[in-house]
Amino acid sequence: MTKTKRILLIGNPNVGKSTIFSRLTGAKVIVSNYPGTTVEYYQGYFKLEDKEAIIIDAPGIYNLEPSSKAEEVAKELIDGADIIVNVMDATNLERNLYLTLQLLETNKPIVVVLNIWDETKHKGIEIDCQKMEEILKVPVVATSGISGEGIRKLAFRIWEAKTSSFVAEDKWKSIGFILQNVQKLYHKHHTLLEILGEVSIRPLTGFFIAAVVIFISFTLVRFIGENLISYIFDPFFNKVWLPLLVKIDSLLKGGGILHSILIGHLIGGEVDFVQSFGLLSTGLYVPLAMVLPYIIGFYLVLGFWEDFGYLPRLAVLMDNFMHRLGLHGYSIFPFILGLGCNVPGAMATRLLASRREKFITATLMAIAVPCMAQIAMIVGLLGKRGGQYVFLVFFILLLIFIIKGLILNKLMPGHSPEILMEVPPYRLPRWDVTLKKLWMRMSGFLKEALPLVLLGVIAVNLLYSLGIIKAIASLLSPFLVKIWGLPKESVAALIIGFLRKDVAVGMLGPLGLTTKQLIVGSVILAIYFPCIATFVVLTKELGWRDMLKSVIIMIFVTFSVGALLNLIL
Amino acid sequence: MEIDLTKLPPGHRGVIVRVEGGVGFIKKLEYMGIRQGKIVRKISSHFLRGPQTVRVDNFDVAIGFGMARKIFVKEV
Repeated sequence: MTKTKRILLIGNPNVGKSTIFSRLTGAKVIVSNYPGTTVEYYQGYFKLEDKEAIIIDAPGIYNLEPSSKAEEVAKELIDGADIIVNVMDATNLERNLYLTLQLLETNKPIVVVLNIWDETKHKGIEIDCQKMEEILKVPVVATSGISGEGIRKLAFRIWEAKTSSFVAEDKWKSIGFILQNVQKLYHKHHTLLEILGEVSIRPLTGFFIAAVVIFISFTLVRFIGENLISYIFDPFFNKVWLPLLVKIDSLLKGGGILHSILIGHLIGGEVDFVQSFGLLSTGLYVPLAMVLPYIIGFYLVLGFWEDFGYLPRLAVLMDNFMHRLGLHGYSIFPFILGLGCNVPGAMATRLLASRREKFITATLMAIAVPCMAQIAMIVGLLGKRGGQYVFLVFFILLLIFIIKGLILNKLMPGHSPEILMEVPPYRLPRWDVTLKKLWMRMSGFLKEALPLVLLGVIAVNLLYSLGIIKAIASLLSPFLVKIWGLPKESVAALIIGFLRKDVAVGMLGPLGLTTKQLIVGSVILAIYFPCIATFVVLTKELGWRDMLKSVIIMIFVTFSVGALLNLIL
Repeated sequence: MEIDLTKLPPGHRGVIVRVEGGVGFIKKLEYMGIRQGKIVRKISSHFLRGPQTVRVDNFDVAIGFGMARKIFVKEV
């Protein structure tokens, strides 16, 4: 029996490797129109007729000399590969060819893919694939990963991969020779998207556009979230689920452990979805009817901007400001992703080159960037007292973010490296691709968050009935009550916050807090510690030493901010 | 006249005549397609010594102010 062949997809950043990967394997991976979406490599299976292979999607690289993590990973993957599929951006042949020539030297069987083929026409580029094949002496296939054009052909031609006998003494000279023979350029006028692309990266127009984009995004997320709640999720829970719970409630009459775990305590003799705290009441209502609608809104809007290619422009616009906080334009990627969920945000810190930037970005994110689950709950609880209070919470978090950035930048030795980043062209997103991504992220949320929420609800009930919360509460109460001005029962929320922030915010609901206490509580829950999932990923990314430092900073900030808010509000 | 990239006004084009700095830096730019002889068009220059964005061939790239000062061009 022969060993299953390993096929490696490799190429410059943002040439569409992941799109081709998911086309070939049917596997689900996140693809976006900006460099560095793939930080780790993905692996999938590919079957054609009777042939089977493992396909690996490598992070994008410009060359084979290992100078960054991505290049080291890529180099290792090349050594282990049987066939190399070199994915190129057909609209930028010259630059892409450098890596191609280096790959030819590895003496591995190679197929060259000219991806983004559909855009060559708009850009006035004509490439002779046949001729290129003759010169490079390996198969050359034109594809458009997004539309799927050419993928079938590629699937067949992968097996024709061969080692090339092409020798390039001076790579740039060879590239010049190849281009002269295979590529013709025509003058083309700028398309509307190109003009828009440039306008949004110029300082004056750029900041105006950024403000509009951010405003539209928030409005849309809110609109989608609120409408999903009032027209789908709330009616479902009130009209379908509630009668069911009432039945279960009457079956279990007399209370008992099962009743308090499944339904929770009745508020005024009735099941209350937010306050009862049973598995089937609050345990389902919070993640599904309060958080999920906003998650859907957020990821739909984010997915659109990612695929459109807007985010790198925001990174360039913000670069200057970010440097003042000891960060880097790139840092906006972890922050923006972190607004959805801190876990992918923490993973995205891998994009950052230096330990210093990584540390500052991770610490700032963990403290001052609330995730959508938490935001949804804050909006749900505090929003009832007035929108201005929700706004105040976010304003406080923003202030903490800036002040902490300024301080960390002063305290930590070194400075952040300068930006050097390719800005991809705008591309009109295809709805099927964007919706597929939304679906992946949504099901990811349900798979990862739902069990933790349910666990949190059980934990709350157990800790209460065992009297543990009471014990800790009386231990910490002098402190909580005096310094933060919160009732001692709120300690339970702090404990559960380690597990899930949304459940924790929800626990503030039944305590009958004043608006001021609710504001202080929301802010403290946002900043005091990341949830367990984020904590695990951050420790992996930063190492335990840096994570420990980060935690100490968090605790310090939480104490002082809580006390300060209690004094001035 | 040779000027550094930060001094090329937005909208103008220049040909890269040399890049100063360490080998690592020069190579890094080279691999990205920014090297001697290439024509660049300045797209924008951000205030307070912010990044400079240029178009090379068919792609746009943002270059930090300090790096851009090491790239010398002749206006064309």
